Amino acid sequence: MTLSAITIQNLVKRFGNATVLQDINLEIPQGKVSCLIGPSGSGKSTLLRCLAFLEESTSGMITINGEALGFFETPSGKRERLPPGQIRAVRAQTGMVFQQFNLWPHMTALGNVSEALKIVRKMPKADADEKAMAQLRKVGLENRAGHYPSQLSGGQQQRVAIARALALEPKIMLFDEATSALDPELTGEVLKVMRDLADEGMTMVVVTHEIGFAATVANQISFLDHGRLLFSGPPAEVFAKPRHPRLDQFLDTYLDRGASMLA
Amino acid sequence: MTFKIFTLLLQAAVSTIGISLVSIAIGFVIAILLSAANLSGKAIYSAPARVFVSFFRGVPLLVQLLLIYTLLPAIGLNVPSIVAAIVGLSLCTAAYQAENLRGGFASVPKGLIEAAEVTGLSPRQTFFRIRVPIALRLTLPALVNEAIMILKSSSLVSVVGIIELTKMAQDLASSTYLPIPIFLSAGLIYLVICSVIALIGRYAERRLARTSI
Ligand SMILES: Nc1ncnc2c1ncn2[C@@H]1O[C@H](COP(=O)(O)OP(=O)(O)OP(=O)(O)O)[C@@H](O)[C@H]1O
Ligand SMILES: [Mg+2]
Repeated sequence: MTLSAITIQNLVKRFGNATVLQDINLEIPQGKVSCLIGPSGSGKSTLLRCLAFLEESTSGMITINGEALGFFETPSGKRERLPPGQIRAVRAQTGMVFQQFNLWPHMTALGNVSEALKIVRKMPKADADEKAMAQLRKVGLENRAGHYPSQLSGGQQQRVAIARALALEPKIMLFDEATSALDPELTGEVLKVMRDLADEGMTMVVVTHEIGFAATVANQISFLDHGRLLFSGPPAEVFAKPRHPRLDQFLDTYLDRGASMLA
Repeated sequence: MTFKIFTLLLQAAVSTIGISLVSIAIGFVIAILLSAANLSGKAIYSAPARVFVSFFRGVPLLVQLLLIYTLLPAIGLNVPSIVAAIVGLSLCTAAYQAENLRGGFASVPKGLIEAAEVTGLSPRQTFFRIRVPIALRLTLPALVNEAIMILKSSSLVSVVGIIELTKMAQDLASSTYLPIPIFLSAGLIYLVICSVIALIGRYAERRLARTSI
């Protein structure tokens, strides 16, 4: 049996009256790549943001490496918020990469990567810089350390953003459409960094429209539709014909993103 | 007009610059605190901040100065008029600077705040390390404008007994019967100071351009 890095149980998320996630149950295995796919508005980002605790779920439980994230259930079944220190500790196990990179514009690439090391981890500047530099090297950008985000291409910015998350040594990396904001010729360099990370055994949860990436790198594919998890399984199973009709419909609209290889 | 008179005007200009710079700096610190109160999302902080801003933007600076000058002694604080002048100018510019900054803070993309949150920065660290530097760059032109406004408004502090550039010019004009050259000189000195502020502002803007959103 593989260990679960993340366990999602009966997760519900509502925004006002709109139910965006309905009773999600999912085990994300340790050291594997788990891709979330589904049509626009199906709730992929919301689910990922719940895992990063950027959104607070309405009910249900998320467990990260065995520790409850944000809330716990009392023996009587009541849901209560965990103390801030505990929430912070559990959140520190995940790193997140956004579609829009979200690099801080007033800091260099090195500044972005070393910021939390200095400010949160209280590392001396020299040590933080050294560690940040090592991460930049890893994503192939050590010669761009002194550049500001405005002086970097989209692909380079996203690689810096990945280095920024990795510098904090998370156990799990969350990617929300990390290549969607990039020109097509720049997606390759980011996907390569993600592939390398997967090869190193990083646990990754990847929201993506890159069906080719999902089919070739993922160990687990989960398909969301209208806030429901329709099915989840290894790519060979999920993409095997006959497919779920909603998945077939969905893949038809993504032929140019690598879905054609599955046709 | 003699060299002596011009020197006196320049000396008074030093007071004008000193009072203005100190007030702008103090006002800036207060404006940042007001912004923090506004962004806290807690009414016990944001409500007083809003009242403060409304008051100091809604009451003429001249009235504020007279109020402070008479109010402080009335509550038993005998402060020199220079302190009353600086307090008045600081509080007034704090309100305007806070209002300028509000727009800047509102324009900081939400994603940059979330990036700080997921990397573990506390709200306070996020405020000082991420929000303030970005908002400042966005509002720099407005802040430079405000500095120029305060420099010119500082002529009002003569009502609390400070002899700054305008007051000195008035005194010299009436004692020498040379109002035109004296007021022309005073105007020219204001113009030069304001131009220097504007130049510094534009230089800073250019320097910071590539580090702005
Ligand atoms: N803060 C919010 N307030 C209200 N509704 C929201 C909020 N965030 C998301 N939603 C809604 O939740 C639903 C799911 O959104 P979500 O962004 O998770 O979809 P997605 O699967 O990531 O879509 P996409 O592929 O377009 O990124 C959408 O209908 C969206 O309008
Ligand atoms: Mg999304």
